[in-house]
Amino acid sequence: MSMLAWKNLFHDRVRLAVTLVGIVFSLVLIVVQFGLFLGFLDTSSNIVAYSGADLWTAAPGIPHVNGGTPLNESLRWKALQVPGVRKVTKFALTFVNWKLPAGSTESVQIAGYELGSGMGGPWNVVRGTESDLAAEDSVFIDELYAAKLGIRALGDSAEVTGRRARVSGFTHGIRSFTTAPYIFTSFKNAQNYARLAEDQTVYFLIRLDPGVNPEVVRSQLRQRLLNADIYTNEEMRRKTMFYWVFQTGAGVTTLMGAILSLIVGAVVVAQTIYSATIDHIREFGTLKAMGAANWVIYQVILLQAAISAVMGYSVAIVVGEFVSHSSQTGNAPINLPPWMAAATFCLALTMCMGASVLSIRKATQIDPAMVFRG
Amino acid sequence: MIQVRNLEKRYGTGSTVVHALRGVDLDVFPGEILMLMGPSGSGKTTLLSMLGCILQASSGSINIDGREIAGLPESRLPALRLSHFGFIFQGFNLFPALSARENVEIGLRLKGIGAGKARRQATDLLDRVGLGDKLDKIPADLSGGQKQRVAIARALAGDPPIILADEPTAALDSHSGTAVMEILASLARKKDRTVVIVTHDNRVLHYADRTVHIADGLIVDHTSQEQAA
Repeated sequence: MSMLAWKNLFHDRVRLAVTLVGIVFSLVLIVVQFGLFLGFLDTSSNIVAYSGADLWTAAPGIPHVNGGTPLNESLRWKALQVPGVRKVTKFALTFVNWKLPAGSTESVQIAGYELGSGMGGPWNVVRGTESDLAAEDSVFIDELYAAKLGIRALGDSAEVTGRRARVSGFTHGIRSFTTAPYIFTSFKNAQNYARLAEDQTVYFLIRLDPGVNPEVVRSQLRQRLLNADIYTNEEMRRKTMFYWVFQTGAGVTTLMGAILSLIVGAVVVAQTIYSATIDHIREFGTLKAMGAANWVIYQVILLQAAISAVMGYSVAIVVGEFVSHSSQTGNAPINLPPWMAAATFCLALTMCMGASVLSIRKATQIDPAMVFRG
Repeated sequence: MIQVRNLEKRYGTGSTVVHALRGVDLDVFPGEILMLMGPSGSGKTTLLSMLGCILQASSGSINIDGREIAGLPESRLPALRLSHFGFIFQGFNLFPALSARENVEIGLRLKGIGAGKARRQATDLLDRVGLGDKLDKIPADLSGGQKQRVAIARALAGDPPIILADEPTAALDSHSGTAVMEILASLARKKDRTVVIVTHDNRVLHYADRTVHIADGLIVDHTSQEQAA
């Protein structure tokens, strides 16, 4: 019956085009919305995901990693005394104003880390080396934000809280979920830019000895560091991600967009497949009169739906890849990993075949005696 | 052989009941061409539908080659139709997206015949009905007579022992109608098939071995070819 399914589908090219437009539109919207959502998940907590730390020490009750408040440096020595703790480094993450050469200001987040610690530093560095950050006024920015920050080339300068910030390196693809890009620098520079006292930091990043149980160490740290919260890296990542993606509503909005797109697509496909079934109702009646079992009818309708899904998906995924690729140079990337492409295919099939349920019901209720009516 | 005894078909209940057939008795013999005639609404097509296991009886008996089918559940009827009957419809009921050959193939594929063999048999059947040069034409490109010949080929696909035809010449001009009946009668007699035809068309009566007249759901007259002569 695949012959009948194929031929019926292509016999009415206008209807096929309408069906495909509906499928492509729906799938592209789903890919964009969900891809944005995946991008949000990445950018909302990348600073934690790439920190290299096992545990974070923070002031009590912070809502997310971008909302830290100062801690006293003395906590570091207490933390170092806990068995299983290999290294404790200072990390400052705070919002400051970046004054462009032209005079306007942009909000940025200074990320200051201890050089050589292997924790808290930038990743995807494409220009400059870590040793370049040792200079008093040296910072790394991401290429994506260079224009926004008024930087045209390596060596250009700006002003942060009255101090010079000289760009000595670039990263690629380090986005910030907020509109304030990350500016990496040494911890000492960060203290100056953020106007932190000499004995203050915002976080301690802790690396544990290999094979040590993080929960055991955390429990001991909690007993010693009474005025601080201790998070695993994963906890901090999730806490931050949950806040930005869900509590702000950004993620929910994109997910709702994806769900609505799915509904729209299903409705369009259901309507076109249903009207096609009505148009072909006499043929289905003839098939039944000839002795075709109901499953033969299902096969024809489901095959038509599946063929439509495959054709629509083929176009949609090309468009989606193009959109995803184009978005990588922007602030809001639309991610389209292979698993999502595969999941979208399954979704397309499910949407189209699910949308044909009404048609199947209609077709199986046909009275084959109708073929005798002229 | 088809044996019908006291067959009734009722629609509705109570005071609004409509009797489409009221106690019909009929024997259809193997290899005969039987014509059912009567005015519109007399029950001809209802009887044909019930013989073909498309409509179920309200009461009575239909026996086909010793097998009682009137009380069979709905789920078993499609298989019976597939194995015993070929249908020819007044409106041709061809699949508009399929070529002439594919229209015949579909009947064979339903019977479980593989694609290659179905294609060969479909080509052969269409040759026999004089459409060997129209294999790849879709119905929209065929005349009424040609469409009905495709329908005949489809009905004959898989060699069913019984052909049921509902007004096969109604939509055709006299020349095409005659040509269609010639083919149908010739192919039926070659393989000793039973053919039951519902028709209004007096021009085709001479093809029948026997004619049955129906009125108001009852058989009112039988006429054999010898009697008519």
